[in-house]
Amino acid sequence: MTREILLGDEAVALGAIHAGLSAGYSYPGTPASEIMEYMIRASNKEAGFKATWCVNEKVAYEEALGVSFAGKRTLVSMKHVGLNVAADPFMNSAITRINGGLVVVVADDPGMHSSQNEQDSRYYAHFAHVFCFEPSNHQEAYDMTRSAFDVSERFNIPVMVRMVTRLSHSRSRIETREIKKENPICYGQGQDWTLLPMNACRRFAHLVDAQPEFIGLSNESPFNLLDLKDYDKSLGIIASGIGYNYVMENYSNQENCPSLLKVSTYPLPEALIAKLVNHVETVLVVEEGYPLIEQTIKGLFGIPEKKLHGKLTGHLPRTGELSPDAVREALGIKPREHLRIDSSILASRPPQLCQGCPHGDTFNALNQTLEPYSQASVFSDIGCYTLGALPPYKAVDSCVCMGASVSMAKGGAEVGVFPSVAVIGDSTFAHSGITPLLDAVASNTNMTVVIVDNALVAMTGGQPTFATGEKLVQIIKGVGVPEEHIRVIVPLPKNLEKNIQVMKEEIEHNGLSVIISLRECIQKAKKKIKKGAK
Amino acid sequence: MKQDIILAGVGGQGILSIAFVIDNAALKDGLNFKQAEVHGMAQRGGAVQSHLRLSKSHIFSDLIPKGEAELIISVEPLESLRYVEYLNPDGCIVTSTNPFCNIPDYPPIEDVLVEIRSVKKAVLIDSEKLAKEAGSSRAQNMVILGAASKYLMVGEESLMEFIKVLFKSRGENIVNMNLRAFQLGKEAAS
Repeated sequence: MTREILLGDEAVALGAIHAGLSAGYSYPGTPASEIMEYMIRASNKEAGFKATWCVNEKVAYEEALGVSFAGKRTLVSMKHVGLNVAADPFMNSAITRINGGLVVVVADDPGMHSSQNEQDSRYYAHFAHVFCFEPSNHQEAYDMTRSAFDVSERFNIPVMVRMVTRLSHSRSRIETREIKKENPICYGQGQDWTLLPMNACRRFAHLVDAQPEFIGLSNESPFNLLDLKDYDKSLGIIASGIGYNYVMENYSNQENCPSLLKVSTYPLPEALIAKLVNHVETVLVVEEGYPLIEQTIKGLFGIPEKKLHGKLTGHLPRTGELSPDAVREALGIKPREHLRIDSSILASRPPQLCQGCPHGDTFNALNQTLEPYSQASVFSDIGCYTLGALPPYKAVDSCVCMGASVSMAKGGAEVGVFPSVAVIGDSTFAHSGITPLLDAVASNTNMTVVIVDNALVAMTGGQPTFATGEKLVQIIKGVGVPEEHIRVIVPLPKNLEKNIQVMKEEIEHNGLSVIISLRECIQKAKKKIKKGAK
Repeated sequence: MKQDIILAGVGGQGILSIAFVIDNAALKDGLNFKQAEVHGMAQRGGAVQSHLRLSKSHIFSDLIPKGEAELIISVEPLESLRYVEYLNPDGCIVTSTNPFCNIPDYPPIEDVLVEIRSVKKAVLIDSEKLAKEAGSSRAQNMVILGAASKYLMVGEESLMEFIKVLFKSRGENIVNMNLRAFQLGKEAAS
């Protein structure tokens, strides 16, 4: 048994590695990126398993499915909105007969620290009828990931581990356990993996029939803890994931804590919930994310003669992330004394593009190019360049989801937006921008796509990208954009006038143009210089 | 026995390096710890903070409750004020006095320093001057760690050991420069 300092994400990765992992797949996204980063570092040190960044989450999930088909254990990790991209293979894989253990780790971002929404992945687990673990600390992240592989192989289903930002990006110490060997190769059966209606109907019925067994597993899981206090039956608490931590933080010891059920697995441990609810008059539900447990218990009509408190009743905030202080208030405990200052001095300091960032030069050129056009719209995408929405640039009008810049520009252009401009990074383009560009080629839409190629997945910490430089040009040619309207510019202050000229020409071209604004991420360039200096 | 600490600064100023040193020193000293940090979008030149909790007993929350922190360690003066409500009424601020001005409405630095001094226990350090004295203005984070060291429940020896570990791959000169920065910070605070 060794002790290690790990991020919550890294504890998940190590749990998978120690559970006999054969291959891991992912696409970068905060707060999940560090799972794959750890796996790649570990796989470089010790041969045995593969760990790979993929072009997007759907691809990553499907590659993991191939590993499972071959009887080997596999992990696929992503941020919450990444599961939207991978929803197709995820939902359908629940119907197959998973062979080698398949664990899907989804890191939610309550509070939207680095995301466009705060959707709660537990609903996806429910939607797909699969089992889900929700760790509250690093040790559980390690232990539950290991258990998730066992459950996956026992019931032949994909199993979810739901993380949240505060655990993903918190460091602590864990104790590791024995290292398991990889599974031998052992192919899946065609009739269990070929989702023709006749197979899919049989498999789905099987999945539905297995639900009581999943609930039974939850009822008996050592990760779900029920502690009923006989001396006080007024209040009982149901707390899941890191919500449990915030409850316990507010009691000096376990003795003075009210009756409590800690929920760590889904489907919900119905028998344990019934015991707690029957024991007390008022139930407070503390969960990070949407009110899933609360809504499930409440149903349409609530529980006769019991009070149920939580997010739906306003006892806890419905949006944003939980905190020990918000939970304290819900528990009815007096707030702690704290220092105060005149907060009017606190000028806000939002994130911004780095000094010398190539995107800044692209936005300067784009803003000046578009100045004469009063009706221009710039549809942006997901990446560092989304910060172009903020001052001093205020250069973009939208950011919705991966790849939407190109598709929205096409839709807008088709009903009269002019100029209709898309701004998308090289990695986001590879992830989800190629297919809408193919659409735009088919209609020769009058729009201009600016690909800001910095040769890196920058926002998430500098992961490798799949289509940069000449390779990117080749892809765009291959998609069918006319060669004379594929222009490459270098975003530097000295090139400003030249770049404006290119942008003007392509905007005025009545049809589809792609401008590649090519310059390496300044952070990567700096690192190279540092390395060279050593 | 426990200690809750807020580390503050601007993305890129090296507060995660301070966290690395304290985390490892705590582990060596046999303490439990949890340290919540910020990755992703917020790192890009924005305000960053890390909640660092040390304790002899089990730690539940990754986040520090308001009013529980004993110490704010900040590499930037305005940032030292951003999390004051996490400090208990007897809490202490150890901060650099050198502003990092990457926003148009940065308040007059005199006003910021007056506000910091209004906190009963405030240790103000000219980290830029001391870091340059040590060899590089990049070592300001280690100056501030040195200045905060006497308030920390981890031992100075352990802190210095992990400064060495942190900079080992960059060569002996960089290690010694950061150790000097730590010592200069410590002396300036005493």
